Amino acid sequence: MNYETIIGLEVHAELLTASKLWCGCSTAFGNEPNTQVCPICLGLPGTLPVLNEKAVEYAVKAGLALGCRIAEWSRFDRKQYFYPDLPKAYQISQYDLPLCREGRVVITVDGLSREVGILRVHLEEEAGKLVHSGESLHGSEYSLVDYNRGGIPLIEIVTAPDLRSPEEARIFLERLRTVLRYIGVSDCKMEEGSLRCDANVNLRIKDEEGEYRTPIVEIKNLNSFRAVERALTYEVRRQVDEFMEKGRPPAGTDLSRTKVTAGWNEALGRTYVQRQKELADDYRYFPDPDLPPVVLSSEQVEKWRAELPELPEEKESRFRREYGLPAYDAAVLTASRAVADLFEETARLTGDAKMVSNWVMGEVFRLLKGAGDDLEQALRHCSITPAALAELLLFVKNERINANSGKEVLEEMYRTGKAATQIIAEKGLEQISGRDQLAGLVAEVIAAHPGVVEDIKNGKKAAIGFLVGQVMKATKGKANPKLVNELITQSLS
Amino acid sequence: MGAITRRQVEHVARLARLELTEEEIDLFTTQLGDILKWVDKLQELDTTDVEPTAHTIPLRNVMRKDEVKPSWPKEEILKNASDEHNGFFRVPRILEEE
Amino acid sequence: MKLCEMTAYELSAALAERRVSAVEVVKAVFERIDAWEEELRCYITLDREGALAAAREVDAERAKGAKGTKGAKEANSRPLAGIPVAVKDNLSTRGLPTTCGSRHLQHYIPPYDATVIEKIRAAGMIVIGKTNMDEFAMGSSTETSGFYPTRNPWDTARIPGGSSGGSAAAVAAGEAVLALGSDTGGSIRQPAAFCGVVGLKPTYGLVSRYGLGAYGSSFDQVGPLARDVRDTAMLLQVLAGYDPLDSTSIHREVPDYLAALGGDVRGLVVGLPQEYFSPGIDSGVRAAVLAAVKVLEEGGAIIKEVSLPHTEYALAAFYLIAPSECSSNLARFDGIRYGYRAAGAPDTVTMFCRSRAESFGPEVKRRIMLGTYALSSGYYDAYYLKAQRVRTLVKQDFDKAFAECQVLVTPTTPTTAFRLGEKINDPLAMYMTDICTIPVNMAALPAISVPCGLVGGLPVGLQLIAPVLQEELLLRTAYYYEQAAAPLSHCPKPEPKPEPKPSSEVSK
Repeated sequence: MNYETIIGLEVHAELLTASKLWCGCSTAFGNEPNTQVCPICLGLPGTLPVLNEKAVEYAVKAGLALGCRIAEWSRFDRKQYFYPDLPKAYQISQYDLPLCREGRVVITVDGLSREVGILRVHLEEEAGKLVHSGESLHGSEYSLVDYNRGGIPLIEIVTAPDLRSPEEARIFLERLRTVLRYIGVSDCKMEEGSLRCDANVNLRIKDEEGEYRTPIVEIKNLNSFRAVERALTYEVRRQVDEFMEKGRPPAGTDLSRTKVTAGWNEALGRTYVQRQKELADDYRYFPDPDLPPVVLSSEQVEKWRAELPELPEEKESRFRREYGLPAYDAAVLTASRAVADLFEETARLTGDAKMVSNWVMGEVFRLLKGAGDDLEQALRHCSITPAALAELLLFVKNERINANSGKEVLEEMYRTGKAATQIIAEKGLEQISGRDQLAGLVAEVIAAHPGVVEDIKNGKKAAIGFLVGQVMKATKGKANPKLVNELITQSLS
Repeated sequence: MGAITRRQVEHVARLARLELTEEEIDLFTTQLGDILKWVDKLQELDTTDVEPTAHTIPLRNVMRKDEVKPSWPKEEILKNASDEHNGFFRVPRILEEE
Repeated sequence: MKLCEMTAYELSAALAERRVSAVEVVKAVFERIDAWEEELRCYITLDREGALAAAREVDAERAKGAKGTKGAKEANSRPLAGIPVAVKDNLSTRGLPTTCGSRHLQHYIPPYDATVIEKIRAAGMIVIGKTNMDEFAMGSSTETSGFYPTRNPWDTARIPGGSSGGSAAAVAAGEAVLALGSDTGGSIRQPAAFCGVVGLKPTYGLVSRYGLGAYGSSFDQVGPLARDVRDTAMLLQVLAGYDPLDSTSIHREVPDYLAALGGDVRGLVVGLPQEYFSPGIDSGVRAAVLAAVKVLEEGGAIIKEVSLPHTEYALAAFYLIAPSECSSNLARFDGIRYGYRAAGAPDTVTMFCRSRAESFGPEVKRRIMLGTYALSSGYYDAYYLKAQRVRTLVKQDFDKAFAECQVLVTPTTPTTAFRLGEKINDPLAMYMTDICTIPVNMAALPAISVPCGLVGGLPVGLQLIAPVLQEELLLRTAYYYEQAAAPLSHCPKPEPKPEPKPSSEVSK
């Protein structure tokens, strides 16, 4: 049996505006329930929405960064459904006239470039948050509603069904996060829910009977990259197994309008069917009479385009060109804007890009990974700034401390937030590089090991290492090993 | 277009979250049918090249600055709730098929 | 003349000259309320203490102001300070119940004031109470109120019109001097006509909708009801103006409406849309309106027949768009954050369905059902979108008509006030009563209804319609007519008498 996996994603990203989409309430995360609420975002009778201009700017910038066409004429529609977290019982969203359409994102999978189509990016409002009395919605006696989050601006990004594997889906999502973070429109924290993903997946199966497409399953509310990949892997496997077991449905069965909504149980590692819909939901969209249309001039759009920072793709090729980095290194260093900035600024301060890239990709990453999967977040919350890192690396570069000490100092910097100079002084790690300081010690070691000196003179050059080791031991590792070697060779010749 | 069936009335009531009595369903089937028959006169008009009017006043780009304003005291927000619990609004069990 | 029967303009002068105090005026109004309210039921909520406290404050300020020129200037800039005003109960009033005429919101106390409420408070006006209305403004008789119907002060066996029936009746009866109403399809003008008062629906966007419980959001406008045109202009002055909280609010300098009242109608081109003088209009009403047209003509206006060919379609289109919008606007009443919640529902969906079903009346349910259907999958294009296209045609009709004339004159209503119970069980017949007012809302235009005589002892309304933002022209024309014709001596209306036998009247 031969099959192809077809995946499309719907991604929701909260925008980093200070205030909500329709009112002045704060968008800050994690406060007491129902303390960031006003009559407008509570949907009290008579209240009206007023559009936050920053949200429009951010949504359009996201569209531009994703290669979209920006609509000259756009408007807001009401998407109607009843749910306790939706105060007006409609979500103000965009239906047939979204702000952005027809973009594309290039991802690299196994060293090959793949293009993923973006169907649309639109602006809409976030719902409130439910807390269930039990462990989950299912089986809870009651639920509690907090409307703090209700009304935060969101963009919904819909991809074409261009993704061909769960891994591709994860890579795409990582890329999307990188881009949105580069342009500063969303912090994309999956763990706080500011980035969420629904995945649509089905299979195109080819066998002797011809081609068959399995019904599309939409997996809702995936809240980590790992969950996206695992859930899709599970679902693909499940659809294959189901086909193997049951084969095609009886002739005449119309599956084209069937869509199954599934949830993902992280603990059990499996998807479960939430509901089977015979027809699409009837959301009764219509233009919101409370909100006049948004009409964007090309000057405005071009102004926003000009404000976009260098995007990851451009930065990657510049790093290769400017710093002579290998393709892999350039890709890794530009996968996060914070990392790229750390690299580039540290490289400027030290004048040694190669050394900095080795240290960032090696030691710095090793430390950050201890703080979770999200390198960018870990980096933003630690004390390793370009200036601090450059200070340390200059010690190493100028051979004032050796590489092993350098690693020890970096770890200490990361842990305590102290500066390199301070740690080195406290630990007395600076190398002894004075010829005069070392000459006496070298003479002593030579005098104390006449046998070894004899061996060396007889051509056993490797034995020099032993003498160097003795000097290092005597200095508790602080001697500059290169200089010691040089002094011993000099004395014996 | 025109008339509406009893089943459609039940479906629409479900969409609108209205629990109707049997009598109400009967009554609305008749009354909505009459109203729909009456509004069908609109179909007489050829509107092929007529743009729909969603907003009667030609306003555009009405926006505000992204400025945080103080939210409202929690008591003001919760005081009209029929079931308040620890600063939350409480609702009965939520069924998954919603 | 009793204080409660004087116009705001007269009272304003008396207050400024300190011939009378705001407390006295407020007390006079409550005296009238105490005498007549039991019969008329204009109000849902009365705020006697709040009103008296506010009146005392106004008096105190005026006393302070009298000592210095600065205070006198302040009094001048607030001509309506101390004037009692009745507020339709779909306008949000902080700390005062705001029911929208619905059982659903019987216990709802808003934490905020509507923009127009802030404005009338800032103007020193005294809120007497919240007036009765058709539930969520859906109705043309105030009979769909979730509480009780209001009676027409001219004949208590008759309805006052709706949905701002309580506001119109209160002004007519001296239970308020001025009132705020809202007009989605005629809800200010129609009750004004039936109660023999003046009612103005402003251009859509002239007055803020912030704080107005939404019914048909693309039509809704707040506007003044008063005993004469001058009072109407004075109240409009307070209400009009840009509001950053309403995205559909028009950003523009507010003209001086009182100053616009002078002048005559010489050379004014007045259009008579033939569709509004059809056989469907009561002959007495038609005669009264044509007599009013004659007054304008004698004043030098040029009368011209014009045509609004899509008039008959406007009503049908309105009854698709407005219910569609209302089905959405009323979805928020789910019993969670405010409003009625059915007890003991086992799950949220059932709670929603019961809370709504148990607290909404039949007309509200009917319109929610109709609107939900018109927006639903498979019917959107045929109903909602078709109606939006027809709205364009209706608008174009007015554009063409206004290319030929400056002001349109029509009856406000096809008949005078009908009897309680006469149409309440026949939705279509009830909808037809708005035939003359609805097209105006479809096109966002301003219109005013002024009394133009009595037919069978009941008031008739003359409707003047102007192009967008031409309220000054509207007020000037209406004022000219009112001065020239003195169509009604205003208060006192015949003192309301108890209805003979209520049971015998409800025929259907």
